Amino acid sequence: MQNQERSILICDPTLRDGNHAVRHQLTCEQITTYATAANAAGVPIVEVGHGNGLGASSLQVGLSKTSDKKALEAAKKALTTSKLGVHVIPGFATIKKDLRLALDIGVDVFRIASHCTEADITERHISYIREHGREVYGVLMMSHMVSEDVLVEEASKMQAYGAEAFIIMDSAGAYLPSDVTARISALVDSLGIPVGFHGHNNLGMAIANSIAAVEAGATIIDGTARGFGAGAGNTQLETLIAVFDRLGFKTGIDLYKVLDAADLAEINLVDNLPTISSVSIVSGLSGVFSGFAKPVSRIAHEYKIDPRDIFFELGRRKVVAGQEDMIMEVATELNKRGSDEQCKKK
Amino acid sequence: MKKIKVAILGSGNIGTDLLVKTMRSPYLTCSMFIGRNMASTGMRKANELGVRISDQSIQAIQDNPACCDIVFDATSALAHAEHWKVLERLGKYVIDMTPSHVGEMCVPSINLEDDFLARNVNMITCGGQASVPIAYAIAAVQKDLEYVEVVSHIASRSAGPATRINLDEYIETTEVAIKKFSGAKRVKAILTLNPAVPCVDMQTTVLVQTPSPDIGKITESITKMISRVREYVPGYQLVVGPVLEDSRIVVTVKTRGLGDYLPKYAGNLDIINCAAIATAESYAKSRA
Repeated sequence: MQNQERSILICDPTLRDGNHAVRHQLTCEQITTYATAANAAGVPIVEVGHGNGLGASSLQVGLSKTSDKKALEAAKKALTTSKLGVHVIPGFATIKKDLRLALDIGVDVFRIASHCTEADITERHISYIREHGREVYGVLMMSHMVSEDVLVEEASKMQAYGAEAFIIMDSAGAYLPSDVTARISALVDSLGIPVGFHGHNNLGMAIANSIAAVEAGATIIDGTARGFGAGAGNTQLETLIAVFDRLGFKTGIDLYKVLDAADLAEINLVDNLPTISSVSIVSGLSGVFSGFAKPVSRIAHEYKIDPRDIFFELGRRKVVAGQEDMIMEVATELNKRGSDEQCKKK
Repeated sequence: MKKIKVAILGSGNIGTDLLVKTMRSPYLTCSMFIGRNMASTGMRKANELGVRISDQSIQAIQDNPACCDIVFDATSALAHAEHWKVLERLGKYVIDMTPSHVGEMCVPSINLEDDFLARNVNMITCGGQASVPIAYAIAAVQKDLEYVEVVSHIASRSAGPATRINLDEYIETTEVAIKKFSGAKRVKAILTLNPAVPCVDMQTTVLVQTPSPDIGKITESITKMISRVREYVPGYQLVVGPVLEDSRIVVTVKTRGLGDYLPKYAGNLDIINCAAIATAESYAKSRA
């Protein structure tokens, strides 16, 4: 068993990415319930907050039911051994408004994220957290949109700013395992810090992609209970733990207790279990951020347009996470195009 | 009419684009283009255009106070605070392009007239110049705005190093301006950089929550406001709305640049510079 000695650090964003699946409506009670169970299972890092991270509650990407302050305080109380993590996107979150608050509450791990080509907007936020002695990771989102060379260049910037680990996110669930192998290998070869992978399941590849990632040298993997997350959902945490167990990778997580935590999540957090819906497949194929699924469905219904047309058009325009207002523009345009064609027919 | 003399402090994208616009103005002339490095792209461009250049930063104006009446400060928020100490003493009319909180915030389509009283006028941010007119137009016909949120997307290539490092200041300054001009109880500003090629045009969405909105009145008010902005920013146009969707008012505007120094997609640089030129010209006319 060649993998016997390798440990994988598991980060669980159920209470962050999962918020996308319930339009950011997780309550303090739900956060406490799940955080307590994840803590008992020995999950090393539990990430909490709005789906788009700290300071992101907005009309643009959805208002949170629970404020960052209340959510983080509730989680902090429940996590006695697990570390509390947050996702931070500069452009939404600022140092004064959001990072200071999170530091005060006692957040342990800050994962500072940008779109895959924009690492330099994270410089101040990464160095601010380093100066304050907390753990800080760099994250590149929508990483399928660029080549491994670009990812290496951007990741190296984050390392230079002081990131202690680096994660790529497959935010649109667009990767196949060979894509992951190529990118993770290049990153592991070039960086001097641990490399991680965050998967989505739009094309049914989340577990397979996570295996490809660890086989290529990744040592941090994200997964959520029941795959609770944006679009078709994330890599399913309890499956991941079972698979890593089979492969001989150590995670330090108790299998029975993580299964219990997942059962609890299904009852307490999840309205509809994530499935690979037809719209999610199109989201993955068109390379559009999984978090767009809910607003696209809502607006498509309102404007009586096929949501798949909206996704492909958004993909053609290369929209990035945070550009949810483009959905309205595309819908307006498709609607107009549709009625023009009808006029012609008449 | 005798043109009024303008010094441009800062030779980056904003400063260089301002130079091109100043040279075209019937009321303004650029008497000195000031940076810190003779070899920079902006300095070489100014030199080619036959403009007097200096690499002595603020010292260039201190040494030769008669060189200008108006100063555009296109350096950084931090540097501006230092520059203002000198320029105030020299009695210059200063148009601040940085997101510092020093001067009186100005959006030409709204409060140009008030600003002759101030000697230091702040142009807020690119997103502020695009979104404040819309928020103000809605507030003009709709009392008690609960919440105003402004979201801008700009092309990655149009955001230089100063913009990237000043993202937090961008957000804070834009929020102050939205609050000041719309009177909304709560406000939020968001900025996203989009690396798509070909580059995307600058786009700004204003989202508003208010009890019982009157879309008819709001549409009328916004239409009027857009034509006022277009007088000094020709590439400013309405793309979506105003519509009521999911209990919020949605308005999206797009700003296509004039393509003076940077390509047309850099509407973010164009709108703040067009606003600055409109302010300077208005000052020049008041002095004539």
